[in-house]
This record gives sequence, structure tokens and C-alpha cells, in this order.
Amino acid sequence: MAVTREQLVEDFERPSLLRRLSWFDGAWALLLVLGSGYAYRLYHPYMDAYEVAIQAAATLALIAWGWYWKPVRGLTLAVAALSLFALWRYGGSLATAQTDFFLKYLLASQQAFMWMSALYVFATLAYTLMMFTGSAFVGRTATALTWSATAMGLAGLMVRWRESYLMGTDIGHIPVSNLYEVFILFAVITALLYLYHEGRAATRTMGTFVLLVISASVGFLLWYTFDREAYHIQPLVPALQSYWMKIHVPANFIGYGAFAFAAMLGVAAILAQPRPLAPERRRVVLPLAAAGFVVAGALLAAGLSAGDAGFGATLDAWAMLPATVALLFVVAACQGRLAAQLPAPALIDDMMYKAIALGFAAFTVATILGALWAAEAWGGYWSWDPKETWALIVWLNYAGWLHLRLTKGLRGTPMAWWAVIGLFVTAFAFLGVNMFLSGLHSYGTL
Amino acid sequence: MTAPLPTPDAPSPDRPRRPRRTFGSLLLELLGSMNLAITLLVVVAVASVVGTVLKQNEPYTNYVIKFGPFWFEVFRLLGLDDVYGAPWFLAILAFLLASTSVCIYRNAPGMLREMGHFRTEVQLKSLRAFHNRAQWALPGGERERVLATLLAALRAQGYRTRVVEQADHTLVAAMKGAVNRLGYLFTHLAVVVICLGALFDGNLFLKLKEWSGDVRLETRDLPARDYGPASRLVPGATPSFRGSVMLPEGSVANFVFVRLRDGAFVQELPFAVELKAFRVEHYATGQPKNFESDVLIHDRQHLAEPMAATIRVNHPLVYRGYAIYQSDFGDGGSLLKLKAWPLAGQRAEPPALEGRVGEKLALQTPQGPRTLEIDDFRLFNILPVPESEQGDTPEKKVRNFGPSFTFRLRDAAGQALEYQNFMAPMRLGGRDYFLTGVRGSPAEDFRYLHIPADAALSPARFLRFVNLLQQSQRRDALLDERSAAGAEPVPAEIREVRRRLVALFAEGGVDAVIGRARSVVPAERLEEATRLYLDILRSSLGELYLAVLAEEGVKVDQGIGPTEERFFNDALNALAVLPAYGAPFYLQLTGFEQVQASGLQITKSSGQNVVYFGFALLIAGVFLMFYSSHRRLWSRVAPTPDGLLDVLVAGTGNRHQGEFEREFDTLRAGLARHFGPASGPHDH
Repeated sequence: MAVTREQLVEDFERPSLLRRLSWFDGAWALLLVLGSGYAYRLYHPYMDAYEVAIQAAATLALIAWGWYWKPVRGLTLAVAALSLFALWRYGGSLATAQTDFFLKYLLASQQAFMWMSALYVFATLAYTLMMFTGSAFVGRTATALTWSATAMGLAGLMVRWRESYLMGTDIGHIPVSNLYEVFILFAVITALLYLYHEGRAATRTMGTFVLLVISASVGFLLWYTFDREAYHIQPLVPALQSYWMKIHVPANFIGYGAFAFAAMLGVAAILAQPRPLAPERRRVVLPLAAAGFVVAGALLAAGLSAGDAGFGATLDAWAMLPATVALLFVVAACQGRLAAQLPAPALIDDMMYKAIALGFAAFTVATILGALWAAEAWGGYWSWDPKETWALIVWLNYAGWLHLRLTKGLRGTPMAWWAVIGLFVTAFAFLGVNMFLSGLHSYGTL
Repeated sequence: MTAPLPTPDAPSPDRPRRPRRTFGSLLLELLGSMNLAITLLVVVAVASVVGTVLKQNEPYTNYVIKFGPFWFEVFRLLGLDDVYGAPWFLAILAFLLASTSVCIYRNAPGMLREMGHFRTEVQLKSLRAFHNRAQWALPGGERERVLATLLAALRAQGYRTRVVEQADHTLVAAMKGAVNRLGYLFTHLAVVVICLGALFDGNLFLKLKEWSGDVRLETRDLPARDYGPASRLVPGATPSFRGSVMLPEGSVANFVFVRLRDGAFVQELPFAVELKAFRVEHYATGQPKNFESDVLIHDRQHLAEPMAATIRVNHPLVYRGYAIYQSDFGDGGSLLKLKAWPLAGQRAEPPALEGRVGEKLALQTPQGPRTLEIDDFRLFNILPVPESEQGDTPEKKVRNFGPSFTFRLRDAAGQALEYQNFMAPMRLGGRDYFLTGVRGSPAEDFRYLHIPADAALSPARFLRFVNLLQQSQRRDALLDERSAAGAEPVPAEIREVRRRLVALFAEGGVDAVIGRARSVVPAERLEEATRLYLDILRSSLGELYLAVLAEEGVKVDQGIGPTEERFFNDALNALAVLPAYGAPFYLQLTGFEQVQASGLQITKSSGQNVVYFGFALLIAGVFLMFYSSHRRLWSRVAPTPDGLLDVLVAGTGNRHQGEFEREFDTLRAGLARHFGPASGPHDH
């Protein structure tokens, strides 16, 4: 029996990339290239050579991403349609947002973010409902809600970009310049990371956990919006006027998003363990959790009844600390309680490793980009500025995690806990540094 | 040599046991241990936290103020004011570096061998232990076709292959993704390279020079020309430095100050920088939009003509390996023209003064000698409009409140109060005021005295009013004259009360009047009496005010208009707090010639390219490590005693087990189309 080479190739070789692409892939990529070219024609007077290069690279990266992960194609089309529609409604005046129905209630960046926030919260509820009812329909709804929220968030960012230019061509800039804007980026990136893994692992049960952290960031965003009125578009301080911002900040937020995703997978992994916590440990953990909640409640009550409003707000903010610790004890006490609802710990574990690996890679790139930028803006690639130092701390933390995982093959609850604790290190680098420490990097204050 | 374990996850260095272990080998063992490495990662992370909680490299006095002398001494001993340059921190980093280096030294040769090594000596029992394996029993005569199919299948999946004929079987060893091993090498090498490069860019060499007595830190506040030779660094004295200099417009510098602890060195440059002009641009909202300096580089050796360049934030000038950054700005000695309106003493005419920012002027005042230290001048003061004028729009309104200057007034005992005076009147609630702020220390906020502006938008009327209050004889005479001019004669004792009250007020403000009431009136009548005192005081001051207006030429026979009335109320408010102002005069800024200064940071970084090479290694390494997988497959074809052909295919990858499993399934399915269904584990 003679075997031809062609036959063998057909049997074993993966078809080439071009043969795996559909006509839709091609049309979509073409549309992207045309759109990018059109944007270049319109806006190249505002861009320097580096920014043109970044635009070209971003276009190619987006095409590669969409070919690799197909749902990106639909997402880009939806975001493009929403953004272009909003831009068309705006015309040339920011004031249109007050009068135009679509802008006022749907697509002005502020409105888009509100829709995003609401949709993420609904998605969280839907995922939770699905976990306990097992309804596939509810699950599909949850996924659809998450996609819609993500589309609204991205469209809002696009529209905001335009709005900043409507305020004045010298004010215009990519909306990744302050804490308010990057919070939206954080929510969107975390959601996309989750959606990717949801599709690959074909399980929606992790949705509750991941959407919970997104909802928490939405909660912060709403507080930041209404209490601090942080939504105003501010012109860029001279230090931020650089093409580096366009690559440094998004790379950083892929890192932050991936670490947050990994931490929530860590919580899921703990709850999915085959064995519950040993009873003698549980007898320690539960009272500690209760004590934490009592302290938090007491602080909250004291804060609310304090005569001095500023001091009261400080007390209320501090109540978050014991409440968070208590929540961690609750997670510890609930170890293994959702083993029936959640997939095998090994699957979650693998996902967690991939999230941390991606986060680590992105964070490495982001920190290096930041160092290169610092060498242009601050006179040196490293100044031991608090933000820089905390980036290093985050990096070292996950470097430790990866060493244990890759060289010692450690898995299970300890690694899951480390990933959860990692979120607090990451959150401090992301938020805490801005709240408590001062330095060169103080672009977003609370 | 034994066969590989099924999961060659870890870099497994060859570690032959020696009978006797020397100290060196033990040390190597310790430094290369994974536990030490992970511990060090965590320790460096925790140690780094210290320097973010405590502000680093602040002037020593700041620490003393904040923590007290005892704790400051403790901090200084532990190097907590400069954690990242402290010996203990550098020692931890050195440990990390040593650990990483030993790790590379021990593992790299094995890793590199592994990359080219096909592992053809694999044992049958090892292959059988692999999770991913498939087995076929095929007719004995098909050996050639089977081998050809296997080779084609492996190559089609991108594997490199090597065929080895053994006595009892044929082995096809295959692998791909060996570059994954470079991931380990690159990342760890990168850490070493970055640390070594950074070593050149830190101030370790400077500290070594200082420690060996080569150079001496200058801790006095001196101009650069007064730095002694021991505190000067010639170009190339250290491989790298980061220094700064504040350059007034029109001046030239061929040095920068390199700060260390509570002092500085002068680092000389092989060229000179001249600042032609400095500019600040603002957005319509008032925030700064751009800082830029036009400079000329003078370098006779290398430049025929001075080189002109503009330096902006984010756009440094790199000249001969020296990078020049826009980092700060300030006043370069603007000339201020001032008028000193007396707030105390008998003198009426305000003397004119001139001084430059940075200068100290000795003045004689009615309250004794004072030193006037002019600290700063600002052309723009773009500040939020006060709450009362914000209106309903959500955008916070800002306004340019115009030029201001700050100065300190030091008495003979060395005590100083700090003042901030605005040149132009500020419109608040429809009226105009000259604002002058005072504070005791930089830690406090300025408390502002609102001096009402008169019809000519000048502080003159108020200051004449103050002056009249200070001239006791003229004041009393005026009061008596007014009392006499009234329709009804005022009794002498009332006139006396009026004079006393006005005198009290002129000396000590409204507090003095209330204090007096408290000391002479019984408590139950205090409120009533105070009200009465204040009424009398107000009417008396009103009389004096009318005199001031009359002097100005304002017609006051028919009473005064609402504008003058409001002015009077504002003047009383200002007078009430005037004693707390603490200065014997009000310094009015009447003119200026601005000279700006640009803060330039100049650096030389010898290690930068080494560090950047490390960065490239790190990124390449991280991606190779996570996104490639060193996969190995073996196909063992062996004739069996019963005339069949035993075909075993097995393999593993060091990353992404799931992906490898899928790849293996494709291979198994493909082979099955040629060989028939395989036996072997089917887990999914």
C-alpha cells in the first residue's frame, strides 16, 4: 500500500493559516485596514511618527487577535458601529450631548460607562443565578450581558477620545490618562480575559467570581464619578504628553486585569477543592470572620455617626479593611463548598497559571516600557518612585509564584491563596500608591 | 544515564553526589537553591516597601520635623532615608544576584545540551509511563512503510527527528520548541545583566569615592563657584550621574549639582549650557501645557558654532552622551519695584524700594530693623475661582489672578513671617481687594488680609486711613473737631471714651477693644457694654473715614454713597485683623522686570545600554518561557517474537499540557487512519 506525500500531509499537517481563514476573516481584516487608513488620513497631522507606528502595529495586532479569537471580530464591529454613530451624532460640537437623544441617554461617554456599569452588575447576578440553577439559558444571557457591557465600555472610551478633541485639539488625548479612565480599561480587559477563557474551557461557572471583581471596580467607578466628580476630561500635564502613554498604560492594564482574573480564579479554586476545610481549622476561621465583620460594622457605624464628616468618611473607608479580611476568612471557611457546581480544580488551576503567565508577561513589558518612558521624561529609567517600586514588588511577587509553579510543580490551595493575596499587592500598586503615597507618578488622586 | 522522567518540568541539573563536600560546593548549593531564590524574591519585595512608605532623599530637616531627632537618628543609621542605596538593601540585591548567577551557572549547560539532545537512549518502561501514548500491533512486513509514515507525521507537525537503529528496535526521537529552554536562560541572564548595568547608574561609585576620601560632600548652601576642589567631580569621575541646575535666562553653566544625603557635589561638564529663554504655556483651563527652554550648547572642542536646541518635557536633548532634561522652573532674579505703605508709625509717605528675587534688603522700620528676603515672583496665578463665584456649571472655573511675589520679613531675633502679595486687586463678590497673605511657617496655609481697593483701584485710600489711625495727635484732633462740629455738643467724657477706644483699636484691633470691655465691665453687663463700645468705635472711625474721603476730594457734606459705605465696612473688617498681620508695612508691587529660570536635569548613564539589552533579553525570555513548549515525541518500532511489529508512540511537553494533549490526539487520529485504531489511554 503506497502512501503519497500529499496524503500524509493532509492527514497530519495543520492547514496553513490562510487556508484556515474564512472569507469573513478576510473582509473584516480589510475593513480594519481601510478604517485605520481612513483614520490616518483624517488625523495624521495630530500624530508623530511613533504614534503612526503604534497605530499601524495596533491594527495588525487587532487583526491577528481577531483571527486567533474569532469573537473579537464581532466585538470590533459593534464597538466601531456604536462609536461612529456617536461621532456622527456629535458632529462638531460637544454641546450636542445635551440635546441629542442617543447621546444623552446612550452613547455620550458618560452614558456609555453607566450602561457598561449596569450591564456588568446584571451579568454578575445572571452568572450567580446560573451557578445555582444550572440554567443554560441564564448562562447564555450572562455571557451576552458581559459582551454587551464590554462593547459599551469600549465604545465609551472611543467616544471619550473624540470628546476630548471636541473640547479643543490641544486638549485631546487617548482616554487612558487618569484613574477614572483606566478603571474602565481595567473592567473591560478583565472581562475580555474572562470571556476568552469561558469560550475555551466551555464553562461559565467562573463567571460569578470574575464578574464580582469587575462589579467591585464598577462600584468604585460610580463612587469616583458621583462623589468625586472625576469624570471630567482634563488636559494632559506636560509629563503625560507622549506616545509612550498609548502603549505603557494598556500593557499595564493587561497585567492588572490578568492578575485580578487569576485572583478570582484562586477564590473559585479554593471553593472547588474536593475536600472542605478541616473542622478544627474552621473553628478558628469562622469566629475570626465574624470578628472582622463586627469590627467593620463598628467602624462603619462610628463613621456614620461621627460629627466631623471628613473623619467619618475616613472611618468608613477603614471599615473596608476588616471587612475584606473577614471575607477572606469566609472564603477559607467555604473551601470545597462549591465543588459540585464548579469544574475540577485542575482546570481552574491551569487557567490561573495561564492568567498569571499572561499578566506577568504583560506586566514585564509594561514596566519596561515605563522605564524607557521614564528615561525620556524623568531623567532616568529607574528612580525608585513609589509606583515604580510597587510595580517591582508586584513583579517579584508573581515571579515567586511562577517559580514555585514551574520548578516545583506546586498546585492546589496554597497557590490559589497566593494568587488571591496577589490581588491585594496588585491593588495596592494600582490604587494604594495613588491614595497613600506621593511621588512622580501621581496622575490619579482620590 | 537514566531515562527522563515523565514530567521534565524542572530544570534538572546533573548533580552527581561527591563523597566529600567542600565549603565552596556547599555554598554553591545554598546559593543555587530554589528555596533561597524564592525567599530572596519575597525579601526584596518586602524591603522595597519600606522606601515607598517613607519619603526618600528628603532634606534631613524634614525628617527631624516629622519624626523628631531620636527617630531621625535611628532612620539615618538604618539608611531609611535612602533605602535603595543602603548597604543592607544592596546586600540583599547582591544575594539575589549571586543566587541567580549560581542558578544560571549550574543549569545553563544542562539546558543548552537539552536543546540539541534527542534523548535517543530512552527506555521502553519510561515511554510506557507517559500519559500521552498510543500503541499499535501491525504486520511484521510493514516496517519501512510504518517508519516513513511516522517520520512524515512527526515532520508534518513541525518536529525535528532522529532515527536510531538499536539491536532490537528502531527509535524515532523527535522534538520541537527547544527554544523554550532559552526562555529560562534569557530571563535569568536578564536579571543579572540589568542589575549589573544598573550598578553603573546608581551612586555607588560616588559613595565609594567619598568613602575612600577622594571627594568630600559639601553640606553648606553655597554657589557652585565656592565649592572647593574636593567637592568637585571632573567629567568621567564617576561612570554616571544625575544632577540638576537652576539656570536664569541669559546665564551659562558648565556644571550641575549632584545631591547626596544632606549635601551636594558639583559635577563639571565638558561643555556649557546657556539658557536663552524659558517659556510656560497654559491651557484655557489654566493648567500648564508646556514647559520649554531654548538653550545654546557651547563646546569649543567639538562645535564650531554654539548649538541651539529647545528642550521640552518628554523631549530631552542628548549631547555627547549627556542627556539634558526640562525638569523644573523658577524665578531667575526678577527685579521688583515696591512701595512700602506704613502700617505703623507716624510716617505718611510710602517709600519706594527695589529688589531682586533672591536678594535680602536691610530695612529700618518703626518696629525695629527687619530683613526683607524676596523669595519668589510669579507672573501667573491661575487659581480656582472662589466658591461664591463658581455658578452652576459643572466645570470648575479658574482665573488668572495675575502676578504675585512672596517674601519673608525677619526681625533682629531671626524670627520670620512669610508673606504673599498679589499685584492686582482681586474681584470678590463684586468688590476689589488687594490680597496679602501671611503665615508663620511653610507648613501653614496663608491667611489673607483683604485690603479694599479704592475708586482708582489702588490700596491708597485704605492705607491713608490706617496711617491716620496711627497718627495719634492728628487723629484725636480730628475726632474732637468733628465732635465739636455736630449740632449738639458732645460731653467731654464721651469724647475721652472715643479717643481711648480709637487708640485701643489702632493698637490692638477689635480684640483689644473687647478685651478692655471684659476687664472693666461686670459680666452681666458685658454684652450690652461691648455693643455700646463697638457702636461708639464705629461712629468714631466713621468720622475719621469721612476725613480721609474729604482729603481725597470726595464730597461728604450730603453723606456718603453706597460704594463708600461698602468700602468703610470692608476697611473695618481689614482693620479688625490688621494687628495679626505682623508687618510694619504693606508692600505693594508696582512694577517688575521678570527674569525666569529653568531647572535643567543633566544626566550621564553609562549602564543604560547594558540595562536596555537586559530588558530585551527579559522580554524575549518571558515570552519564550510561557508561549513555547519544549515537546518531545518518541516512536519505537520493534519486531515482536510472534512476527508482528510493536509500534509505540509517546511524548510530553514541558508547558501547556492541554495543548500538547490536543496535538497528540491529532497525531494519534492521523496515524489511526494508516495503522488502524490505537490502543493506549483515551482520557477524553
